[in-house]
Amino acid sequence: MKPWHRTGDHVAATFERQETQLLRALVTQIREILAARLAQEPADELAAITGIRAGPSSAPTDRVLARLLPDFTRGDSDLAGGLRSLHEPELIDGKDGVAALVLNTCPPDGGRVRLSVEEAQAWLSALNDVRLALGTVLEVTEDMPDELPHDDPRTPYLGVYHWLTYVQETLVHAVSGQPGF
Amino acid sequence: MTSPVELERSEVDEIGAEDTPWQTIVWNDPVNLMSYVTYIFQTLFGYSRDKATKLMLDVHHKGKAIVSSGSKDKVETDVAKLHAAGLWATMERP
Repeated sequence: MKPWHRTGDHVAATFERQETQLLRALVTQIREILAARLAQEPADELAAITGIRAGPSSAPTDRVLARLLPDFTRGDSDLAGGLRSLHEPELIDGKDGVAALVLNTCPPDGGRVRLSVEEAQAWLSALNDVRLALGTVLEVTEDMPDELPHDDPRTPYLGVYHWLTYVQETLVHAVSGQPGF
Repeated sequence: MTSPVELERSEVDEIGAEDTPWQTIVWNDPVNLMSYVTYIFQTLFGYSRDKATKLMLDVHHKGKAIVSSGSKDKVETDVAKLHAAGLWATMERP
């Protein structure tokens, strides 16, 4: 893949088949993780009548989900629980929506991807969710080296993480007009 | 006639509390890109490139920054938008 570039009011990049397959698989995994969380929503007669959905009031125990859906506040667990219950279903819908948009615009067999600014912003959010998930599992730190020792089990995944960073970073530069690489 | 109970109650209960604005805090995070965080501050809050960059650098160097403030509803909405973008944000009233 070459970095994203701007063409008029769109941004574009060309991907190898292997790259779009990888990206689609990762984005699909995020959707599955979020769907599993959504399935835990309490069944609620009030929700059925009013259409107002209530999510769970406690934070996910899974560390990836906990990073994708952090608490709204610290130090006041009642308030944090209430705000989570109120906002989490919509946040999950939003994250699922940007993931679905990537799947709709990312060709399974590779090729050129051309996005409007709004679509590029959805890609940025979806790419960020994948990087958050992978970064959490890999226990990424700010001074993470480009390469780990060869016998480190995280080595193959770190390459994927760095590639996703490159895709996201060049997309930010292309869509914002900031000077890039 | 009837009137919304919640409105009456909030007018009585929250006098005084409304005077103290809430703050939106963004915390440092090893995954989020500096360029992306700056871009999100610009697009979500309409901040200039300079202001967004300064806030991003505060998050990076000081561990956190106050990125917006106002009523509980406004700040709650801001935190939800930041979570949608994948930033690590919380709200508090100092």
